[in-house]
Amino acid sequence: MPDQLLYAIEAGLNGLMAGVLYALVALGFVLIFKASGIFNYAQGVLALFAALTLVGFQNGQIPFAHLINAIFGTDLHTFGWQLPAIVAIVLAAGVMVILSIIIERYVLKHLVNQAPIILFMATIGLAYFLEGLGDIMWGADIKKLDVGLPQGINETIDTVTYNAFGYGFFIDNLDIVASVVAALLVISLTIFSQYSKQGRALRAVADDHQAALSVGISLRFIWVLVWSIAGFVALVAGIMWGSKSGVQFSLSLIALKALPVLMLGGFTSIPGAIVGGLIIGMGEKLFEFFVGPMIGGATENWFAYVLALLFLVFRPQGLFGEKIIERV
Amino acid sequence: MFYREAGDFKTSYADDSQTFPIRFDRLRYYAVMAVAFGVIPFFINDYWANAVFVPFLIYAIAALGLNILTGYCGQVSLGTGGFMAVGAYAVYKLMTAFPDVSILIHVLLAGGITAMVGVLFGLPSLRIKGFYLAVATLAAQFFLVWLFNKVPWFYNYSASGQISAPERTILGQAVTGANTTAPAKYLFCLIILVALAWLARNLTRGTVGRKWMAIRDMDIAAEIIGVNPLTTKLSAFAISSFYIGVAGALFFAVYLGAAEVGEAFGIQKSFLILFMIIIGGLGSIFGSFAGAAFMVLMPVLLKNLLVGQLGWATDLAAHLELMIVGALIVIFLIAEPHGMAQLWRLAKEKLRLWPFPH
Amino acid sequence: MKKTMTAIALAMAVATPAMADLVVPNLSYRTGPYAPNGIPYADGFNDYFTLLNERDGGIGGELVRVPECETAYNTEKGVECYESTKGDGALVFNPLSTGITYQLIPKVTADGITLYTPGYGRTSAANGKIFEWVFNYPANYWDGASVAVKHLLDENGGDLSGKKIALVYHNSAYGKEPIRTLQELSAKHGFELVEIPVDHPGQEQKSQWLQIRRDKPDYVLMWGWGVMNAVAIQEAVNIRYPMDHFIGVWWSGSENDVIPAGEGANGYKAIGFHGTGADYPVYGDLKQYVYDAGKAAGDGSNPGNVLYSRGMYAAMIISEAIRKGQEIAGHSAVNAAEVREGFENLNLTQERLTELGLPGFAQPIEATCADHGGPGSAMIFQWDAAASTWNQASDWITADSEVLDPLIAEDSAAFAAENNIAERCN
Repeated sequence: MPDQLLYAIEAGLNGLMAGVLYALVALGFVLIFKASGIFNYAQGVLALFAALTLVGFQNGQIPFAHLINAIFGTDLHTFGWQLPAIVAIVLAAGVMVILSIIIERYVLKHLVNQAPIILFMATIGLAYFLEGLGDIMWGADIKKLDVGLPQGINETIDTVTYNAFGYGFFIDNLDIVASVVAALLVISLTIFSQYSKQGRALRAVADDHQAALSVGISLRFIWVLVWSIAGFVALVAGIMWGSKSGVQFSLSLIALKALPVLMLGGFTSIPGAIVGGLIIGMGEKLFEFFVGPMIGGATENWFAYVLALLFLVFRPQGLFGEKIIERV
Repeated sequence: MFYREAGDFKTSYADDSQTFPIRFDRLRYYAVMAVAFGVIPFFINDYWANAVFVPFLIYAIAALGLNILTGYCGQVSLGTGGFMAVGAYAVYKLMTAFPDVSILIHVLLAGGITAMVGVLFGLPSLRIKGFYLAVATLAAQFFLVWLFNKVPWFYNYSASGQISAPERTILGQAVTGANTTAPAKYLFCLIILVALAWLARNLTRGTVGRKWMAIRDMDIAAEIIGVNPLTTKLSAFAISSFYIGVAGALFFAVYLGAAEVGEAFGIQKSFLILFMIIIGGLGSIFGSFAGAAFMVLMPVLLKNLLVGQLGWATDLAAHLELMIVGALIVIFLIAEPHGMAQLWRLAKEKLRLWPFPH
Repeated sequence: MKKTMTAIALAMAVATPAMADLVVPNLSYRTGPYAPNGIPYADGFNDYFTLLNERDGGIGGELVRVPECETAYNTEKGVECYESTKGDGALVFNPLSTGITYQLIPKVTADGITLYTPGYGRTSAANGKIFEWVFNYPANYWDGASVAVKHLLDENGGDLSGKKIALVYHNSAYGKEPIRTLQELSAKHGFELVEIPVDHPGQEQKSQWLQIRRDKPDYVLMWGWGVMNAVAIQEAVNIRYPMDHFIGVWWSGSENDVIPAGEGANGYKAIGFHGTGADYPVYGDLKQYVYDAGKAAGDGSNPGNVLYSRGMYAAMIISEAIRKGQEIAGHSAVNAAEVREGFENLNLTQERLTELGLPGFAQPIEATCADHGGPGSAMIFQWDAAASTWNQASDWITADSEVLDPLIAEDSAAFAAENNIAERCN
């Protein structure tokens, strides 16, 4: 095979892997949008907050240490213990559940029946708040996140492809893990929503709020549930991204990579988020590979949006979105 | 008592259709104008101009523009930052290419160029609606920023890609560049803002504005009663982009003096301006002002309070500031989802009845 | 509305404290995407001045006040900070942001306040004939690019022809700075330059590093900032790029950047224009007067690391310039113009550095009216992951002024023409 083709395949494969990571973030958006019609901009910040909390627990940091020191003149930093990763993950997931209860009680409950743009703005306000809270709780410095995920080139794929084509493909182990985790997550979410009582209630709410209410489904419980799940998904996304770059503010900007995925896949479809992620991931990597060098590179940020825009012109509700029916 | 229609007799049609039919409103409007033009310029110093007034005036222009598109015509846009960048780079190219032409003309031309770009990126709005459109406008945001960063022609091949505004004068007074006095900056932005606000007010009261609102309320129904969605939506995009382009031009030339596209006109700017109009009130001219004032003054006030007054560490203060601004936004949306303009309307209703509410 | 206005006016009136003697504002950023880099720098800057105040009673008997203002690496907040601290009688600004620097250059020139930008900002400000109020010694971006190339020349026996060098850069004003110099150098030395931009914030760089893996450049240079550094080093480790062929500029060479990549980052090189580590005698005083007295700016984790040292370096130069200004003016309560004189006549020798408790920390500087750029030399440091230290990997390397001087002259002439500035110092 010619080199150029091999390189393109490699770029495409890596794009698929990156797409899985985008899809992980997009998944959180879709869950919340389906259940409550809220376009949750805070999803990226949730991922940051979850990752910060995880690292904080792992390293035994004292929350709000900086604030406490500033007020009382103390000199507190850590509890002086190291928690095993799995315990810290469970604790962080617990914090996300508590957070979603708080969000439901103090924000969402009061915003029932508002216009979508108002809800969207409220989540941006929430994003600001959580950003500040995360920094105050755990500090704004960069933190290393290590929960024992493998990183670096996958030797097997490298050798096998080298023997087969004379060029070893680069696939990151972390990406492989992320793909497996994402697949597991989607499968378990599907099983949950198809077969469990709560999951069915969730789908009922997504279909029709009022009908769901009238058969006795508690909307508030569903919202807490769905935000908790979204919080957990954010935690997973935070772990994947944080392992790569350390945990710091920029982590919250991954939300911007998830938006074109959502647009393309449709705001209401879980398979859409996955397929959209794959298309966007592969599309932007291949575009950067073929066209990037000609026009100066760094095209990925906008190309994802333009690609999604092109799809939308032909399917205004996204690939898998529900058909928008308008009546006068 | 003094705020009511009764007793304020109109004797001509022109009187009857004036912008402020209530006498008290008119007087208040004249008073604000008098303070803005007659008092503030004499007291303004560098700090007040650069930290408070100039950004407020410029953001008010941008908010007016976005309010036309989102508040009046119902098309949610997140491309504001990108369009402001178009205005900024257009004015930079014009300023450096034709140094002898008045800066005022350059600013208006920059608005015109932005309007054309806006129409181009407004085309998808004929197919795409709601949040899908909002995200689609992000394509404009990211693409424009990338373009200005990448093509050296836009920044006159300078080593770093920064653009800096050279000094330009109006009537012998510098309005751009470092030697601009605070009152000159302030007045230049104020005059443009007042002219544009006057234009926006009258546009939205007329045929064009009514068409926009018809499209906003229900585009299919509007189409059936004879509103052409193509021209209506695109005219909203054009006029809105004109405002935003002017704001971008002033933002770069008068306020910042030097800019880098990714930093000054990034996605954060788009969100900020959308905030302004939502907090201020969608579909309200007053709301654009109120929202801009809130988002500009709030952080400055908080900073001065926390760092200056209470002597807190700057980082704690900055984090707290984020939390407070976030919380205020949420509280605001819960308490009054229709924004400050709605509060204003309620206050006026109360005033009508005051002091005999029954 | 009126009430809020009065409240604001009141808050601002009270917020402006009485004039202190020497005011050196610290425009820092402890929040936002670049906070991990901004925090140690600001801490080092503050701690050094605290030391001077506590140990010596300030500079020349005048206490130094360092009002801090949060910019979040954002130009608008930078303007607000500049205006709010300017009124206090600020003597010199050091914003640690290329964007804010570009914006402040015309402002400080009009207001007559010195802008000191060590190792960042506008490179051509090295030309004092045009930029009266701006100083960027000891080294600038173009020096950095030239030093890196010279180091590679040394490693290759003076010949780089036919080699391929990739530049991975932050796609912003800062990252684009070295490109022109590197292009000139590539013409001069015959190496091929590949430019690879990374967009802010640089969380995702797979495409860029796949390209490097395919193209196999002999060396990779990096102009990164913030999270981009850490991700780039991690990706380089992932594709098993030889770390000692990977050189970062001084803003891409802090502990924050290499530690997340762990063992793999061992051997990564970075340029530096000052020493690092907490072994200098000054740290004894810092411990006694600042850390143990509970007056340290940060949480105590930063002293000795690269960016902390750099903040301290900036503070040291500023304090020496103020001292020089006091000497020239003949009184200790100097104003901004007198401090500028101090900057312009600064003569920092190794003996003086030793006196300050920083022997060998930096190269000597002798500024003149025309030369605001300093010696332009730097060293190469190499990261030792096991010991978590930066080791010196070369001597001082001086930039290739033959290539740089015409570039600086050209760029500053363009600025002068745009702004109608006449040459000074003739």
